Amino acid sequence: MNLPPMIAALRHHKAAVTLIALQVALTCAIVCNAIFLIASHAQRLHVSSGIEDDALVWARSSGLRRGDGADARARADLDALRHLPGVTAVAQVNTLPLMGNDWSADLGVTAGDAQPAVNGAALFLGTPSFLGTLGVRLVEGRDFHADEYVDYSPFDDTPAPPTAIVTRQLAAHLWPGQPALGQRVYIGAGSSQGALVVGVVADVARSAISGGTNDHDVLFLPVRTVAGPYALRVDPTHRDEVLRTLPAALIAQDADRIVTDREAFVDTVHRYFHDDRAMVWLLVTVVGSLLLVTALGILGLSSYWVHQRRRHIGVRRALGATRRSILTYFLAENMLVVGLGLAIGTCVAMWLNHWLGERYEVPRLPLSWLGIGALLLWAIGLVAVFGPARRAAAQPPMWVIRQ
Amino acid sequence: MLVYYVELAARSLRRTPVVTAFMVLAVGLGIGASMTMLTLVHVMQRDPVPGHSSELFYPQVEPRSATARTKDAEPPSQLTWIDATNLMRSRPDIEQALMVGGKVAVRPPQGQGMAFYAQARYTSGAFFHLFSVPFRHGGAWSREDDDMRAPVAVISRTLADRLFGDADPVGRSLRLEDTSLRIVGVMDTWQPSVQFYDLAPGGYRHADEVFVPLGTARQRALPTEGSIACWGSPDLDHLETTTCTWTQLWVRLRDAGERRDYLDFLRRYSLEQKAAGRFEREPNVRLRNLPEWLAYNRVVPGDVRLQTLLALGFLMVCLVNTVTLMLVRYQRRREEYGVRRALGAPRRAIFAQLIVESGLVGACGGAAGILLAVAGLWLVRSQPADYAHLASLDVGLLIATPLAATVLTILAGVFPAWRACTITPAHVLKLQ
Repeated sequence: MNLPPMIAALRHHKAAVTLIALQVALTCAIVCNAIFLIASHAQRLHVSSGIEDDALVWARSSGLRRGDGADARARADLDALRHLPGVTAVAQVNTLPLMGNDWSADLGVTAGDAQPAVNGAALFLGTPSFLGTLGVRLVEGRDFHADEYVDYSPFDDTPAPPTAIVTRQLAAHLWPGQPALGQRVYIGAGSSQGALVVGVVADVARSAISGGTNDHDVLFLPVRTVAGPYALRVDPTHRDEVLRTLPAALIAQDADRIVTDREAFVDTVHRYFHDDRAMVWLLVTVVGSLLLVTALGILGLSSYWVHQRRRHIGVRRALGATRRSILTYFLAENMLVVGLGLAIGTCVAMWLNHWLGERYEVPRLPLSWLGIGALLLWAIGLVAVFGPARRAAAQPPMWVIRQ
Repeated sequence: MLVYYVELAARSLRRTPVVTAFMVLAVGLGIGASMTMLTLVHVMQRDPVPGHSSELFYPQVEPRSATARTKDAEPPSQLTWIDATNLMRSRPDIEQALMVGGKVAVRPPQGQGMAFYAQARYTSGAFFHLFSVPFRHGGAWSREDDDMRAPVAVISRTLADRLFGDADPVGRSLRLEDTSLRIVGVMDTWQPSVQFYDLAPGGYRHADEVFVPLGTARQRALPTEGSIACWGSPDLDHLETTTCTWTQLWVRLRDAGERRDYLDFLRRYSLEQKAAGRFEREPNVRLRNLPEWLAYNRVVPGDVRLQTLLALGFLMVCLVNTVTLMLVRYQRRREEYGVRRALGAPRRAIFAQLIVESGLVGACGGAAGILLAVAGLWLVRSQPADYAHLASLDVGLLIATPLAATVLTILAGVFPAWRACTITPAHVLKLQ
């Protein structure tokens, strides 16, 4: 393909070429940033809670009585909930995966070390049999023993529980390449009293995830009481019934309370990802519409060019140009114009990403995404021009001679 | 003449239904998306106290110790109890309200259902006049009630309806937590677009329903809820004396002079406190009025602003696309214009006719845009976001959408129309 005559021909259409290149450049700048945002939101959507979502129901209740006896009342509540039909296990926990209420602490691997081995791991505290209630899968070691549940809160000076269980990811972050069982983990920088790791469980998502590498850094600690929701393991077929009867059961236990929330855990997970899902759909719609508009713009312009140059095409065909060479001419011309737009567009995309990053906490756009966006637009440009180009190639040379 | 041009334009557009439909759709999509987002941003930024929001000021001082970690050069966004009460007491001449957020368990009158939580605000009686809160029954409590820590409360209309139905509840008792207060007023529906007076718990949260004098609430240990920022070694059980900022003060200053005076007063206060050894840093004070305070806090969430930019970017691409398509369209009909020019039509006439044609495309695009904006706002409303309820159609949108679409499309059509009418008739006709 001979470029100089093609460029010379395009010189006659400065306005149209500029407009199409401008449109491609704008589309490219927006699309590159948008698909990168889609990817980063979609990445979060892939995170699974790591527990059995459809067998879990939770409820939160606040007692209105002041004074002592809160622990005893919580235990009475748990007893009442345990006897609901369809409920197989209950426990009180500080938080649940993907609930959006993260408790975190720095963890050390040597006593008194001020330098934490893991920054900001999530703490999951629960009353007896909470691992079984959540449906966490033990892969090594054992569950907590009944006598290991102690009075503990990360917010005061009480000593840490004697034992702890870690997720596989946390184990790998705390003791890379070493077995985690039998190690001691120290909660809080400089802590001198460690908890013995007695079990390793399959990865569980923390309460608030960021899409980073520490979304499954969870430390499970056995406690006697903790302020937080009641978790109920239910037979999935009885889930709605349990949700319905649960407030009455709690109120029958003690009416001086407010049952503030109750929800099937599947809905909690669904809600947690709602904004990401909405953003992905919005961006996909916008990217789709943008590509469509741009494709139709290219289609409109190329049809016109083909129409306008039917005389030249006829002459070239009569002089021996093959259909193929006419087709390639239009495809190449399109690639040239779109390429010009993309060259400008990728620069604008990078600038736009930088500008957005300063204002909206948009992460840095990796160069590979620019390539993906550019290739996508190039392909769309070719698809759009293919129809008119084929029509041009199919035009019989006789047509011009007859004119 | 205009009617004739419109008729010509309609006829010409009907000749190419696919291209026309596409141009209308592109303009409609761009305009619809942009208007949806602009409406949302507009209602989210609507003046919460129409009339005198620029007279309401939010003073800030810097009480933190020299060693405390600070994010930037700004003083904390709230006041300590000590500073807030000092500032209030030193300027009794000013209309002002001190406040703290709370959440209380409301117990309905005997035998009428279960207790529930309501958002509360513990504040001064001046709150209601300061923010022009309308009343349905009764009114605000007095300054004496503030001083005496009187057991009184003002409730929202929704709460009154929930607890007492249609009856006027003024004078009846309101059971909160373990205490009981006398209702002195019921607010009429008051829905400022933003819960501007305390932005920390989220500007678009549900409205407060129970209002209690601050002294009364503290004396009766009603639970507080809101942001508490501390330094040093705070004692959270004694918030009144500890090193935490957790209260908000709003003052009304009627002109620039009063504003200057109050700013001087804040600086003097900081210097006095430093001399007395309570403050360790140099005076660092701020006095923003309500609009400035909202702008500084960027109340509109980043996601919404990002989506607005996206919509505007989309509109821009659609407009560039329209320019291209019009250029192509008018170039294709050069012969027609050539003949008309040769028959004596001035350039002006052809230009005007093409502009009318662009305008017609724009108007149709605007109509499509309204439908899309209505659908878009409905979609926003069905989201669980806390600002979703604000997304509603207004008259401004109904007027602005077709207007914007028409004007923008006419602008997009200027260059193609100019190109089309500058062709030399002889040149075109020779080619025929």
